[in-house]
Amino acid sequence: MILNHDEKISLEFILADLETYRPKRKGWTWRKPHATGEIGPFSYRQSSESLQASGHLPAAKYFNNIDPQPDCTITTEIASGRFEDDIRRMRMAAWHGADHIMVIRTAGQSHFDGLIEGTPEGVGGVPITRKQLRATRKALDYIEEEVGRSINFHSYVSGVAGPEVAVLFSEEGVNGAHQDPQYNVLYRNINMYRSFVDAAVAKKMMAASGMAQIDGAHNANATAREAWKVMPELMVQHAINCQYSVMAGMPKDKICLSTVPPTAPPAPCISLDLPYAVALRQLFKGYRFRAQMNTKYMESCTREVTATHVLNTLLSRLTSADIQSTITPDEGRNVPWHYNNIHGVNTAKQALLGLDGIADYISLNLDGPLGEKVRELKERACLFMEEIMEAGGYFAAVSQGFFVDSGFYPERGGDGIARKMNGGVGAGTIILRDTDYMAPVCDHFGYNNLPANSSIAKPCDLSGGCTLCHPEKIQWIDELDPEDNVYKRLAQNRPEREEGLLRPEVQWSGDGIVCMTMFLPAAERVAEFAAKDIAERLGLEDVEVIHKQAMHPSEGALIEIKGKVPFGIDPAKLVIPALVEPLSEEAIRQYVSENKLKIVAATVGEDEHSVGLKEILDIKHGGIERFGIECQYLGTSVPVEKLADAAVEIGADAILASTIISHSDIHRINMRRLHQYCQEKGIRKDMIVVCGGTQITNEIAKEEGMDAGFGRGTKGIHVASFIVEQHRAAKKGRIE
Amino acid sequence: MQRADDYLQRRAHLAPLSDEKLQERFWGLAKQLVEPLIELAYTHTSPSVERSVLLRMGFSSMETKEIVEHCEEKGLLGKGAGHAVWRLAALENIDYHEAGLRLSKGQGWETLEQFWAKGGA
Repeated sequence: MILNHDEKISLEFILADLETYRPKRKGWTWRKPHATGEIGPFSYRQSSESLQASGHLPAAKYFNNIDPQPDCTITTEIASGRFEDDIRRMRMAAWHGADHIMVIRTAGQSHFDGLIEGTPEGVGGVPITRKQLRATRKALDYIEEEVGRSINFHSYVSGVAGPEVAVLFSEEGVNGAHQDPQYNVLYRNINMYRSFVDAAVAKKMMAASGMAQIDGAHNANATAREAWKVMPELMVQHAINCQYSVMAGMPKDKICLSTVPPTAPPAPCISLDLPYAVALRQLFKGYRFRAQMNTKYMESCTREVTATHVLNTLLSRLTSADIQSTITPDEGRNVPWHYNNIHGVNTAKQALLGLDGIADYISLNLDGPLGEKVRELKERACLFMEEIMEAGGYFAAVSQGFFVDSGFYPERGGDGIARKMNGGVGAGTIILRDTDYMAPVCDHFGYNNLPANSSIAKPCDLSGGCTLCHPEKIQWIDELDPEDNVYKRLAQNRPEREEGLLRPEVQWSGDGIVCMTMFLPAAERVAEFAAKDIAERLGLEDVEVIHKQAMHPSEGALIEIKGKVPFGIDPAKLVIPALVEPLSEEAIRQYVSENKLKIVAATVGEDEHSVGLKEILDIKHGGIERFGIECQYLGTSVPVEKLADAAVEIGADAILASTIISHSDIHRINMRRLHQYCQEKGIRKDMIVVCGGTQITNEIAKEEGMDAGFGRGTKGIHVASFIVEQHRAAKKGRIE
Repeated sequence: MQRADDYLQRRAHLAPLSDEKLQERFWGLAKQLVEPLIELAYTHTSPSVERSVLLRMGFSSMETKEIVEHCEEKGLLGKGAGHAVWRLAALENIDYHEAGLRLSKGQGWETLEQFWAKGGA
């Protein structure tokens, strides 16, 4: 099957025959650099191969709809709890340029001692199971063909079942994972010995299947109250996981540091975040960098979050990023909504493209405070490790609360997370390997007393080959819970799906949720309750305020609410005006050459916005001039009378007025005046009069007496086609 | 422990180091710190490690759980759960998958205990 852009992905198809489905490829794939960097009218220094089909940034329409792809991988994190709904989100994100799909696990999975099977619903993430992985990987295999680029699928190899999860991921074609035993110890209170024993085996397994690894150091940023103070400790955490991974057999270029700019405005970010970013890139040369966006200081204002994330991306470009992660702008207020995944991806893409080649124009000044701070951070990190050694090593240091302390090391706040060496989940479960310990599989980390048998080429020959060499040996378990599974969830909304009813959604299929933005001229608290009341009276259910922000203590507040629409719409019953197809270029040219059409054009009233009109007229923008129509452009802010008079003077067939400003309905007033003035002059009957602008629709223009109106997205050919059709009809009318 | 920032005193021995030397010191410390951890992992195993071996040998997640639980009960995890399966197959001259299924049901463990009690020969 090949995905057709005009059709939804079929869940039935994805869920069918999973038992025998095998992933198309394994291991991590980096983007390939663009061969020339020449894309559309521009030259790029940091671009990768373009996609065969994709969704470009909105402003790309001014640049031949180009969709350049930055050089680094772009991540989107997905966590709705239902993998079947996440597939749509993944497809939309890939379409906009994400090639790293990170699936967050359901709450509590890290304490589950074993693998979960089937497709139960999750909370704050998806239960990672073989079936869920296989179905998602299958969908991604088709999605990557649709866009024409490999998509890296990613989740977590952590918790008390790390080695098993690593095997599962290797078998099912998961391409990257978080793996960091320190994360288990500090944030999940999993026993420290168990975490490190498991981690080495998991890492070796990940390395064997070419997976990329991301560490967990960034969590200290999110946990500490003053996130910038943990910078020396973060460097130590990165060092421990990097060094441990190398010793467990992972190549450096698959080891990614998860770094986050620790501050957000109003903090002066550059003076804190940049030295840290530079120090990391100097110390950890040869490793890869996953630049995560700041989540620590995110509130419910999506604008504020977006600005912080653009600054984070600036930092990526000033230093480097192999993977640019994204955070949805709404993560501070709810479980991310799917369209906000696309906003997050586009924020990264937009900022990365805008900053393309920045190093050719500005360079970092390491002779000033930047160099001093970089050096200081490195020294503080060294001092931290020296004290760990003095304390008796890593485990002792953890037990003494060295980590996630609020002090800027060597300052200590005394509030670090202390874990007992023999405590935590899985305490007392590691066992010394006997001298005859044996594991009949390859790529198994640690002591392994394989039988001295010359007939085996590799350890897994002892068991006739392992599941990685012989995927048909993988045991498939479908569903274990007869109630909590994907089929039950799909059956719930099946009647609606079968009737083809349409509901708004933000997270799950047909969840009915809409968001409404309103300003109320009242103090914030009054506005909040008024907004709820308004939404309820409009018929929305489960109304909640998701953002409030005083514009002034008394003059008013901005409120955003969400609520549920309690009905579905039958698209078959909608009255949708048919789109009028323009005439062919050839037909227009021929008519114009036979009839010598002339037009006059101007922006009318007090309107200086001329870009749109010029696009419609200019030959180089594919405007109407190229069809041979003679255009007389009068300029901007032209009174409607002057425009009509000029039309008479040159004997024009049509008047093209453009108006952008719509304050106090001035666009309507101008159209009406133009129409009336033409009537007064007695030319209206024989003159084609049209108007265009961003706030204009055909309906509005006609209400004000125009022959047609042209709004957003109009091209020269649409206007030319209309003029030709109208001219032909008028001529025909005169002959008859 | 609470402590004021005494960075300026503490750094005395680092101050004369070139940036290159400081970098070497950083990674030297990292290695020193990690060596005992990797040694621990090299010499130890865990229930999850053993279940991961069994998964790769073609057992289902539920079977791996059963086998490893029995293996822990018998105190034989240090031999390796995959080893237990492979050994029983060899001793009984049966297919190793069949051996694993027996072990998951709690059968065959005495055979293994006897074998290893005699020194595994």
